[in-house]
Amino acid sequence: MAFSKEYLTEQRNAEWRVELRQQIKNKERTEIERVKMPELDPVKRAKEQRIEVNIGLSKEQAVLEARRCMDCVNPTCIDGCPVSINIPKFIKNIERGDFPEAAKALKETNTLPAVCGRVCPQEKQCEASCFYTQKLKKPPVAIGYLERFAADYERESGQMSLPEVAEPNGIKVAAIGSGPASLAFAGDMVKAGYDVTVFEALHEIGGVLKYGIPEFRLPNNTVDAELDILTKMGVNFKKNFIVGKTASFDDLKEMGFKAFFVASGAGLPNFMNIPGENFNGILSSNEYLTRVNLMNASDENFDTPVLYGKNVAVIGGGNTAMDSVRTAKRLGADRSMIIYRRSRQEMPARIEEVKHAEEEGIEFMNLHNPVEYFSDEQGRVNRMRLLKMELGEPDASGRRRPVPIEGSEFDIPVDLVIVAIGVSPNPLIPAALPELKVSRWGTIEVDMETMQSSIPELFAGGDIVRGGATVILAMGDGRRAAAGMDDYLKSSKY
Amino acid sequence: MNKILQKERFSDKVYRFVVEAPMIAKSRKPGHFIILRVDEKGERIPLTIAAADEKAGTITLVVQNVGVTSAKLCNMEAGETLTDLVGPLGKATHISKVGTVLACGGGVGIAPLLPIVEGFKKAGNKVISVLAARNKDLIILEKEIRQWSDEVIVMTDDGSYGNKGLVTQGAEEVINREKVDECIAIGPAVMMKFTSLLTKKYNIPTQASLNSIMVDGTGMCGACRVTVGGRTYFTCVDGPEFNAHEIDFDEMIKRLGGYVEEEKAAYERFVASDKI
Repeated sequence: MAFSKEYLTEQRNAEWRVELRQQIKNKERTEIERVKMPELDPVKRAKEQRIEVNIGLSKEQAVLEARRCMDCVNPTCIDGCPVSINIPKFIKNIERGDFPEAAKALKETNTLPAVCGRVCPQEKQCEASCFYTQKLKKPPVAIGYLERFAADYERESGQMSLPEVAEPNGIKVAAIGSGPASLAFAGDMVKAGYDVTVFEALHEIGGVLKYGIPEFRLPNNTVDAELDILTKMGVNFKKNFIVGKTASFDDLKEMGFKAFFVASGAGLPNFMNIPGENFNGILSSNEYLTRVNLMNASDENFDTPVLYGKNVAVIGGGNTAMDSVRTAKRLGADRSMIIYRRSRQEMPARIEEVKHAEEEGIEFMNLHNPVEYFSDEQGRVNRMRLLKMELGEPDASGRRRPVPIEGSEFDIPVDLVIVAIGVSPNPLIPAALPELKVSRWGTIEVDMETMQSSIPELFAGGDIVRGGATVILAMGDGRRAAAGMDDYLKSSKY
Repeated sequence: MNKILQKERFSDKVYRFVVEAPMIAKSRKPGHFIILRVDEKGERIPLTIAAADEKAGTITLVVQNVGVTSAKLCNMEAGETLTDLVGPLGKATHISKVGTVLACGGGVGIAPLLPIVEGFKKAGNKVISVLAARNKDLIILEKEIRQWSDEVIVMTDDGSYGNKGLVTQGAEEVINREKVDECIAIGPAVMMKFTSLLTKKYNIPTQASLNSIMVDGTGMCGACRVTVGGRTYFTCVDGPEFNAHEIDFDEMIKRLGGYVEEEKAAYERFVASDKI
């Protein structure tokens, strides 16, 4: 699935790329300063749930940023990308002003470039592997911003190219769940000629891209445009269908499905199991974000209710916690607080998200941990007890372990608490397949090369395997599973 | 999109719908529920499946008009379609031959009780059903329950039908009269709470089916948290039935009111919008 070295070299030696390299000296390229992402004003945007914070690069900004890329002989950035995008090829197309070609290069390996350009932690992946970061100790080429630029440009031009699709081979395969892992899988399989159906339990396709990530970070129409391409390529989408419940795996086999990719996500929110946690007004980030993002609960024209808080505490330090606390702020909270038991340095959230949250007036109570909640007579939370923490020795995750400071408890008033401390694997699929091998955490066990499970015709990826990761790692799983399943179906008599 | 094939009025506020859902009709078992959305702007609400016809490819739902979504649904007619319907959800009722089963249903809770009564009867049990409601109009599906019960006792608060009194009075009469091996209680939370307290006194294993607030119904959101035996469970994937003697009903009742202000405001907007 990753490109061979020979192929990449051949592409790099294309006449236009050689010419482009010769036009500007590398020294000049490295002297260009990294572009800054234009953003909405923090005061204005903190009132807008559905307007994106990052505005996107202009053509001029994108071309200038693309010039920084030196089109390295050994493009280490590609190794940093879980879906192996041919990064120099798309960036050099931006440099020469051929934006549609740049988008095409992205779509060779990435089904969702406009999504990834927005939500990938590039600073930990491609940009961390960029020559600038590695050798020059300078800010990396803004690969993520450029990816978003190319994908947005193509979409806004109204002329989205369809990737090439092989002759249909008539073999039916199923993807279970319609989040990023399944969409990447479906894209690769439909390109290879398979008859792909994606089954989704909810009433919308997109999984976490729709119910989880707020529109101020990832607008729904951006996701829909990429889904539309998959539909045009021939992927079938079936909503309101729970494999293992609505129909069994055996039923689907009878319907002709030869193999399955399970990417049902980590849809089971964790709670802390501390006293008072079941009071009204204390909910999971999944519930809060689903109500607002998927169900449009903050819009009076929609029927689903959402709770509004004046003093909102969000427990956790990940991207989901940032999404929740920034949503609460946008829905009118006076105080929106992050309660995190470690320090800012250990926070798993992307730096950009923390920065945006700070700009919008989010309060960070780091090194604090909730120990108990209290309520009014109706059972609505009105107060929480916090314990101060300090950092001890590093734990298994390599981060310094938070240690409680004895006797440091104090109370703060809260009327809405959102618990964003992670998720566990959704139990529905393992429950439907007793013979499937799962770990003691409930994640499906697979060969990480082929993503094949203990049931030969069943492959799995994304959070149901990883237990909670990122959009792009899930997509990488989807791509590997597609390759693994293709090999399996070609080599077996099934 | 699921088409409504039949609509029947049980009372001013309670309607029965037969809805096209062939796969669910085939895969559902007693105790299962579905989640539906009436229209594109609708809320996802859980409803227990009252009956299914595999050949016709239909399921039966009983709906009480209590809020915006149920009001919209009760306004719909045969021939119209529901935007979304997914299921079957939850764990099926554990049905086996235990001897004598006491099935207590309160109000619209009688609807989900029906397939369970049928299941226990077919498994070879003696089934005694106690149906309770405020008045005669609200006693539903009596004929259908009777078909699968050895005896049916009807209780109404106002005495307009059957015996005057609460479900617990009817149930206790049975318990005092003969040995009951298992009890099932489905109805308003308060009714289940007091039925559970009664059977606890007599040490009769009891299952209650909870109607918690839900969003997705697949374990994803945790809105339906309930404390059972001191541990938190999700009604949608761990239930909807639990050992009634271990359920924290007081917490559960409070949680049912978790969005009461928001629901009231939405209902007022709905009424004001003239859509009713």
